[in-house]
Amino acid sequence: MLADKDRIFTNLYGFQDPGLEGAKKRGQWDNTKAILALGPEAIVDIMKKSGLRGRGGAGFPTGLKWSFMPKEIKERPHYLVVNADESEPGTCKDRDIMRNDPHTLVEGCLVASFAMRAHACYIYVRGEFIREREALQRAVDEAYAAKLIGKNNIHGWDFDLYVHHGAGAYICGEETALLESLEGKKGQPRLKPPFPANVGLYGCPTTVNNVESIAVAPTIIRRGAGWFAGIGRPNNTGTKVFCISGHVNKPCNVEEEMGIPLRELIERHCGGVRGGWDNLLAVIPGGASVPLLPKSICDDVLMDFDSLRAVQSGLGTAAVIVMDKSTDVIKAIQRLAYFYKHESCGQCTPCREGTGWMWRVMTRLVQGDAKTGEIDLLQEVTKQIEGHTICALGDAAAWPIQGLIRHFRPEIERRIADHMKEAAQ
Amino acid sequence: MSLRRLAPPEIQPASFAFSAENAEWAQATIAKYPQGRQASAVISLLWRGQEQEGWVSHPMIESIARMLNMPFIRVLEVATFYTMFNLEPVGTYLVQVCTTTPCWLRGSDDVVAACKKHIHPHEKTVSEDGKFSWMEVECLGACVNAPMLQIGSDFYEDLDGPTTERMIEDLRAGKEIKPGPQNYGRVSSEPEGGALSLTDPSLYDGSVIGQYHEQVPQPANTDAEAKAPTQAASDREAPIQKPPGAAT
Repeated sequence: MLADKDRIFTNLYGFQDPGLEGAKKRGQWDNTKAILALGPEAIVDIMKKSGLRGRGGAGFPTGLKWSFMPKEIKERPHYLVVNADESEPGTCKDRDIMRNDPHTLVEGCLVASFAMRAHACYIYVRGEFIREREALQRAVDEAYAAKLIGKNNIHGWDFDLYVHHGAGAYICGEETALLESLEGKKGQPRLKPPFPANVGLYGCPTTVNNVESIAVAPTIIRRGAGWFAGIGRPNNTGTKVFCISGHVNKPCNVEEEMGIPLRELIERHCGGVRGGWDNLLAVIPGGASVPLLPKSICDDVLMDFDSLRAVQSGLGTAAVIVMDKSTDVIKAIQRLAYFYKHESCGQCTPCREGTGWMWRVMTRLVQGDAKTGEIDLLQEVTKQIEGHTICALGDAAAWPIQGLIRHFRPEIERRIADHMKEAAQ
Repeated sequence: MSLRRLAPPEIQPASFAFSAENAEWAQATIAKYPQGRQASAVISLLWRGQEQEGWVSHPMIESIARMLNMPFIRVLEVATFYTMFNLEPVGTYLVQVCTTTPCWLRGSDDVVAACKKHIHPHEKTVSEDGKFSWMEVECLGACVNAPMLQIGSDFYEDLDGPTTERMIEDLRAGKEIKPGPQNYGRVSSEPEGGALSLTDPSLYDGSVIGQYHEQVPQPANTDAEAKAPTQAASDREAPIQKPPGAAT
């Protein structure tokens, strides 16, 4: 188990003071000036060496992303945008960071903005997180008052930090949709290229990072890339906040080492699966968008990007949704299909029409009111949506259904057979 | 996608204006964005308008479009795209029940049943006393405290059917209800029964301050320089003490 002294979010549960005084006592804002004194290149270099991969789902190396920003400010200003539009079903880690440990994020914004030569940063908080937004704003106000950020601050890098919010659209978690939304438009993703590092917010060079990716940065630099890289496994380094929900005895958020075995994560921190490990049916290991895993794989899979990818799933946001044997797994995935239908922005035809189509077929499959051949048809349609849309929402809608067919096809077929039998009687 | 239209003309109010306090707030909000980018404030303004009036009306959209110098259609697009904007009147207490898979696994069906019983059999319909309406919403991001619902600005977590019924009745009777987890003892997202991590007292006594100063390498521009022996500690605000013979 990860030692407490190696945890970055030491007030994850909010038992301590989230304010500036409390945060300083926990080691935040400690020697930040020395971090900035390293210079942007050295900071980016440390981030690269730490092996940190983006915590928002895609797992893109954070240091590399930062290095895409232009090396000097020309006529267009640079922006850092923090993606706090946490809406992936199962995920509630950024919420705890914002309400309980907001100064990790505020300090991270300063350090990251400096490394990317940005003088302004916007944090885009999902609309439903009203109390979290207020908590974050309090932290920002405290940092301004203490001259830690703002014009002529004690760190010598003029820096303005603004808290912005959405109004209930999952798609705004996609980085270019987020930028559109931040510009006051509908949140519909942009085609890439151009990438945000060239043409982002207001047409200026912009980097969009997840809350957790930014909030861990100051601690990584303070303690050294080697410390962070020494936790976890190669290419999957560091600590990660896991959110374990569903059929476990004690659902919780916990910061753990990357690559912790799934079973250990559930049994050590969550009191085990309801009814014991043998009562496990399946686990969605990384938020609603990734394919589920049946128990046979869950027995020994490790929780990191590469291990989960090897079993045709993904770490995503590390939101572990556990289902025990009492679960109607087809209904569970049908509910996700409804979610994607509801959240499709409507821009690309395969996603707009396909998510509704898949949801309707899934709804019939829950009842078994279908023909066996429709399973293959559904599989084929998911393949026609996947990869044929501007953003990854199409993929995200297709993958859970593909995972269901891959691992629970006999269950779907059995239900269809039962339904036919009932109809014949 | 969800199809969303403005409320029919007969229930639209004649006009809309921000209160003096909100109008002042709106100007400060617009100032957060660069010159000429005031459209960025559209969501914030619509939200504040909804907080003031309870729902987003046609005159409100017109008024905000004028304030931000945006075409009406652009603001209409935003109001209909984002699902948190209520396009018709709602109860004083709008109960938003999360029913996405993580909440559903933990029993959100019981929470919905409680709303049907105590508010109205149909969602998005104002109860007879005019105080409540309820609706199913997608994941609200409190999944380790499932099932949960949102009323106003607050989340109410770790629910079950009877707890939800009691909460609604308490609100109806004018009693205050406590936000957060409703099963006593849980504070936030820690495991029920108490945290199993973050229990080391040395994290919180201030001893961590300064512990890692020596880890921060000296200012350097390249890899090679970063690895070279350190120099110019005098560049820093406070000199950093290092044990003799310590590497960078």
